Amino acid sequence: MKLTRRVFMGSGAAAATALAAPMAFAGGHGKPRVVVVGGGAGGATAARYIAKDSKGAVDVTLIEPSRMYYTCFFSNLYLGGIKAIDDLGHSYGNMAAGGVNVVHDWAVGVDRDAKTVTLAGGASVPYDKLILSPGIDFVEGAVAGWDLSSQNAMPHAYKGGSQTELLKAQIAAMPQGGTFAMVAPPNPYRCPPGPYERVSMVAHYLKANNPTAKIIVADPKPKFSKQGLFQEGWGKHYNGMIDWIGDDFGGGNVSVDPGAMTVTIDGEVSKVDVCNVIPAMKAGRIAELAGVTDGKFAPVNAIDMSTKADADVYILGDASQQGDMPKSGFSANSQAKVCANAVRGALTGSRVFPAKFSNTCWSLIDTNDGVKVGATYEATDEKIAKVDGFISATGETADVRKATYEESEGWYAGITADMFG
Amino acid sequence: MEDGSLQFNRETIFALAAFFFAGMAQASGAGDPALGAAVFKKCQSCHQVGDRAKNRVGPQLNDIIGRTAGELAGAKYSKSMIQAGQDGLVWTEETLDRFLESPKSLVAKTRMSYRGLKDPDDRANLIAYLRAFSKGSTSAQNVPETGQGAGIQLDPVVLATVGDAEYGEYLSSECLTCHQSSGSNDGIPGITAWPTEDFVIAMHAYKQKVREHPVMQMMAGRLSDEEIAALASYFNGLE
Repeated sequence: MKLTRRVFMGSGAAAATALAAPMAFAGGHGKPRVVVVGGGAGGATAARYIAKDSKGAVDVTLIEPSRMYYTCFFSNLYLGGIKAIDDLGHSYGNMAAGGVNVVHDWAVGVDRDAKTVTLAGGASVPYDKLILSPGIDFVEGAVAGWDLSSQNAMPHAYKGGSQTELLKAQIAAMPQGGTFAMVAPPNPYRCPPGPYERVSMVAHYLKANNPTAKIIVADPKPKFSKQGLFQEGWGKHYNGMIDWIGDDFGGGNVSVDPGAMTVTIDGEVSKVDVCNVIPAMKAGRIAELAGVTDGKFAPVNAIDMSTKADADVYILGDASQQGDMPKSGFSANSQAKVCANAVRGALTGSRVFPAKFSNTCWSLIDTNDGVKVGATYEATDEKIAKVDGFISATGETADVRKATYEESEGWYAGITADMFG
Repeated sequence: MEDGSLQFNRETIFALAAFFFAGMAQASGAGDPALGAAVFKKCQSCHQVGDRAKNRVGPQLNDIIGRTAGELAGAKYSKSMIQAGQDGLVWTEETLDRFLESPKSLVAKTRMSYRGLKDPDDRANLIAYLRAFSKGSTSAQNVPETGQGAGIQLDPVVLATVGDAEYGEYLSSECLTCHQSSGSNDGIPGITAWPTEDFVIAMHAYKQKVREHPVMQMMAGRLSDEEIAALASYFNGLE
C-alpha cells in the first residue's frame, strides 16, 4: 500500500501538532522539525549535530541574523593585536551544505501553544522541538549613566564583531599617556576570565604602542576568575600600568557620563579616553519573549537542557541557568551535544546516553603566556554539578605557558570546526 | 652544454656540502641522540622505534634513514606519500629535516597531522636519535628506547573489552571540542585512526595520572573502562 503524506499525517500521532502548525518554512516534510534560534557555540553545534546524526530524519532550521559569525572568544587577542578580525569570522556555508536550513533573520516571538517562532521578516516557523541559544543581552540601568544608545561612545564589546572593532579603534586612537577604563560586570556573566584577559591584552597593546598609558578597572566583585594568575602576570609584564579597584575599594559604586567621557568611582571623577562598559547580563531577549526565563536567565533541567517551563523548549549556553558551569563558548558547545542527543532521541527513538559536560577556559596574559582553568560536570536532579577540575599554577615555566597558549589555538580551530563544520 | 656543466657543478657542490655538514654535525655533536629521545616523545603517540617497534598510526621508524618514502609494507600512507616515494623521495637527514620542520610543506597531503618541529636543534637531536636505529649505526644500544607505551599495568580483560561504537560516537563529541574530526593538528593533536589498543592504553595512562596533561587527566579520569573501550572503538573507525 502506498501511503500518501496526508494519510500518514492524518493517522499518525503527530496529527494534532502538524495541523495546528501553519506551514510556512520547513513544514510539510512529514519529518519532525527542530528550530534552533542563535548560531553561536550552543545553537550552531546543536543544529549541526542533530542534522548530522539524524542523517536527514529530522528537519533542522537555524535562525541567525548574521551572515558571518564573529566569535566573542579570542576577540581579546584581536584587541591585543595577536589575531586579525578575519581570524574570528566564520560563515554558515558548511552548515547549510551539511543539511541545516539556515535562515538569516531575527526571531522576534515564540508561540508555545501553537509551537511556532515568528521572524522579523513576518514568517512563522513551526517546530516540534525548539532550541534557544540566544546568548546574552544587557540589564537596563545596570551601570548608572549608560544605556544601549551609549554603546558607540562607551562600547561593551561583549558580543563579537563590530563592537570589538570599535573598541580596538578607540584604543588605537588613545593619546599618549591616556587612560583606558573598564567597568567590569557583576556575576553571573559570560566568560568569567574575559574582562581580565581583555585588560591583559589591552595592556599588551599599550605597552608596545602607548607605554605611559594607564588602565583603570572598576569592579563590583571582591574577587575574579584566575585572579592570582592574572595579577601575577600583570606585575610581571605590565608593572604599574593596571589599577584594579575591587568592591572592597568602591569598585561597585560606579557611574559613567558618555557625553563628558568621565567615570565616577566611589565619588571620584576621572576623565578617560576609552571606557569599556560591560554591564550586568541577562538571557538574550527571545528567551524572555518565549516566557521561559525566571529572573535574568532560563532555568533548565540538567539532564537534557529542556526548560523548566516547557519540555519542548530547550535553552543552551549563556542564557541558561543550569548550575555550576561557567557561561562560556566551551560550555555552550558541551551542553549542545547533550541536548542534541536528547532531542534526536525524543524525535526519532535513537539511543539517549547519559549527560556529560565539560569546560576549559584558556586566557592569554601576554605573548605565549597562556593559562587555563577547567572542570567536568554531570547532571543531577537539581542542576549541572561540578565533578572535578584543575587550574594553571602561578610560577609555571615559560615553556608550560607557551604550550598552554598553543593548545588554546588548537582548541579554537577545534571548536569552530565543531560548530560550523 | 652549459646546462650540463651547471648541473654537474651543482651536484658536486651539493655532495660536498652534504659531506661537509654531516662531518661537522658529527664533530660538533650538533645532534645529540639522548636529547633526541626526549624530543621523540612528541612522536610516540603515533610512531615506534626500537627492537619491538611495530607500525601503529604511523610507520615504525627503524632504518628510516635510507628508506624510500611510503614503501614500508604494512604501514598506512597517504596517496601523496606513496607518490612522493615513487618520485624519488628517500629519507635522508636532509629530507627528514625538511619534513619534520613542516610535514605538509614537503608532502602536501601526508596523513601525518603534526604541525612541525620549528627548532632546528630539536630536529637535529631527533634525527640523531633516529639515526641510532638505522643501518650502519653502532650506537643503538646506548640510546633509550621510548616506543613501548606509557608504562602502565592494564588487566588483559580491560584491554580486551569490546567497545560500543554508538556510545563511543556520543562520547567522542566531547573530544571534538578540541580534537578535530578531520585529524588536523592546529595545536592539539589529531586522535583519529588510532589502533584500539594504543588508544585504550593512552586513556588509562591519563586516568592513572601516569601520562601528564591536566585537561586529559580530568577528561579520562571520569571515564569507565567500558567508556574508554567505546571511544577507542569509535575513533578507530575514523580515517
